[in-house]
Amino acid sequence: MAKIDEKAFPFSKQWLDDRLALTTVMKVLNTEYWIPKNINFLWAMGMILAATFGILLISGIFLLMYYVPTVEGAFDSVNYTIMTEVGYGWLWRHIHGIGASLVFLIIYIHMFTGIYYGSYKRGREMIWISGMLLFVLFSAEAFSGYMLPWGQMSYWAGMVITNLFSGGSLEAYGLVEWIRGDYVPGQAFLGRFFMLHVLLLPLVIIGAIVFHFATLRLPHVNNQDGEEVDFEESARLWKEGTVESRKKSEVIPFSPVFLSKDIFVMGVYFILFFYLVFYNFNFAMDPVNFDPADGLKTPAHIYPEWYFLWSYEILRPFSKDLGLIAFAIAQVIFFALPFLDRSPNVAPASKRGLFQIWFWLMLVDIIVLTFMGKLPPTDPAFAFIGLVSAVLFFVLWAALPFITMFEKKIKE
Amino acid sequence: MNKELKILAVVVFFTGLLYWGVEPYAHHAMHAKYDGQGNEIKIESHGFVYDGTTEANVNGVIVADLERKVMEEGSPEPKAVLAAKLAAAKDIQSKKASFWKEVGTIAELKGDATAGEAGFASCMGCHNGLNMNMGGVIPPNLDHAGALYDKNYLIALLKDPAMASNVDHKYADTSMHPMGSIKGTMSHQQIADVVAFMKEKKAAEPTAKQAFMEACVRCHAMRYDKVTQLGEAPKTKENIKTGHDIEAMKYAQKVAEEQATLATYMGKLPPDLSMIIRARSGHFMETFIEDPQTQLPGTSMPRVGLSEEGYEKVHQYLMDIGDPSKPARDIAAPWVLGFFVIFTILAYLWKRHQWKDLH
Repeated sequence: MAKIDEKAFPFSKQWLDDRLALTTVMKVLNTEYWIPKNINFLWAMGMILAATFGILLISGIFLLMYYVPTVEGAFDSVNYTIMTEVGYGWLWRHIHGIGASLVFLIIYIHMFTGIYYGSYKRGREMIWISGMLLFVLFSAEAFSGYMLPWGQMSYWAGMVITNLFSGGSLEAYGLVEWIRGDYVPGQAFLGRFFMLHVLLLPLVIIGAIVFHFATLRLPHVNNQDGEEVDFEESARLWKEGTVESRKKSEVIPFSPVFLSKDIFVMGVYFILFFYLVFYNFNFAMDPVNFDPADGLKTPAHIYPEWYFLWSYEILRPFSKDLGLIAFAIAQVIFFALPFLDRSPNVAPASKRGLFQIWFWLMLVDIIVLTFMGKLPPTDPAFAFIGLVSAVLFFVLWAALPFITMFEKKIKE
Repeated sequence: MNKELKILAVVVFFTGLLYWGVEPYAHHAMHAKYDGQGNEIKIESHGFVYDGTTEANVNGVIVADLERKVMEEGSPEPKAVLAAKLAAAKDIQSKKASFWKEVGTIAELKGDATAGEAGFASCMGCHNGLNMNMGGVIPPNLDHAGALYDKNYLIALLKDPAMASNVDHKYADTSMHPMGSIKGTMSHQQIADVVAFMKEKKAAEPTAKQAFMEACVRCHAMRYDKVTQLGEAPKTKENIKTGHDIEAMKYAQKVAEEQATLATYMGKLPPDLSMIIRARSGHFMETFIEDPQTQLPGTSMPRVGLSEEGYEKVHQYLMDIGDPSKPARDIAAPWVLGFFVIFTILAYLWKRHQWKDLH
């Protein structure tokens, strides 16, 4: 038993410190959690993601109060009850829809920032892996949420994606039926995805977010030149407290200095966010999903939301089995990035020779794949571009260990 | 600062590119229609003017396509079959052209509303508002016909209903348009008179809902406004002791029966339109209502014949029901956005304060 101050007034600072080490916790997580000074606004994406997740959680709680998870009631509870009868129901729904779309935009920016600055290696591997785990969990959360309005796209996307589990030529239709709980998406299917969306996945996501933060604490955040910061010396300089020593220090405390910038960037982000909520929300709510689910009427074009299009396009241009294998690899290949990049350099791509070309090619390739994923594959030109960019995706990954192996060491 | 703006420019550029690709460009590519040679067919609105242009466009593509196939070697269909199809298509093309030319000549006649009143009275035999299904559908109420429908369309309808609605392909074999018996029974002058009567005496401006009830409801329900194919659903009460609402059940049965008749006649039950305004683009709605054949060739939906003003009314109602939060959005938006602008300015000042002596 630690020493406690017997005279401390209950719930006073001293009393809490004796029991919870509150001051120490605040230091570890806030005032003495050191962040390099040499960063730009891309370093605020983590906090923006946390804020967006918070917004999704809150808006989701409000929607959950009125959503009816039955095949008869779902469509009308979303499109009529919430949009017409519930006060500001439309606002919560728009926030939830825009949030679901923007969270992926920010995740992709966050990911490509990490790739560009090499923030996934030399001690930061677990940050990357836990981040990718979050990406997969958010994908599952987005997909399960997309089933809930029970419109045409919910139904048919559910049909197509669960069909993938038949494993092509394995013809494992038993597995597909087991997942659906029926021969086609129906009540069992909707009930299951509803549970996943509102309970199991959010719980796991919250756990994974905590884990992602934890992985960050020891290796510290990277900086925009990939420099090795002497955190102890810099922290000492900062704590000295003079203007001179703070100028010399290479770090800033998370709170309030880093946070003040985060909050400013967040403000800019929320202006965009709410502009979309009020004036430009259609991109996040596909028109096809405003037709109620109809198992007898297949829509002319079935496509996922924009953030899944690149991996969807990797599935499409190949033959059935090859496409499935390619799709499966594409889902997990990013996990392997820290191990496929053989270069010792932690530096921005601009200083890494061939890797710089690799980075921009990968970014453009994923954007091209995204475009092609929504365009009708019946057009031979689109199908061809899709095939070429899907092949390029794998060529780039296969080339990564070789181009990084011969990369020149930058310093030491 | 300079570097941050450069990075921001890169992020904005790629985000904008992504948006352009998956939204405007993809939607354009998905909805584009092509003729047999891969040329894009542009479907344009003609401002709700009915003069046979949309028919000529659709038939023109069909005829050109068949002409090309007849000339081509190695077509899967026998030449004789193709030639017969081509002859039939050309026949339809010329019939439609001469039909609309005649409509044009009737439109130039001076109609006499007083003389038309008697003619219009005979319309009331069927268009009586009694919700009786006749030959597949319920004849629509004509209270605001003069304001809702285009003059040329009304003339064409009285001359040959199937041709006017551009659904003659449905009645080519055995059945007859429910209003088909009128075809050829009226002289040009009589037609002009009845239309003049409607344009003068049935021209009171309808509300948005009335426009929808008269122009669309005989086929399309609007459940988010408690409207069925039989019109406004009656208010009923449940028996408090049993929890059952017998009147509502009876009404539901009547609706179900009407829907069954309608589905048999149309081939399928026409969709409820509560959410249609969110499910289809503005351009689709406009061109589809002007002439359904342009967007869905072969559909059994007839042309509605709305004038531009009539369409605006119907569109307004679809918006009111399908996107009811628009007024609330417009009120809330400046407050919320204003809040975040002030928030951002304050956050920026705080950031400047925190970072001022760091470099």
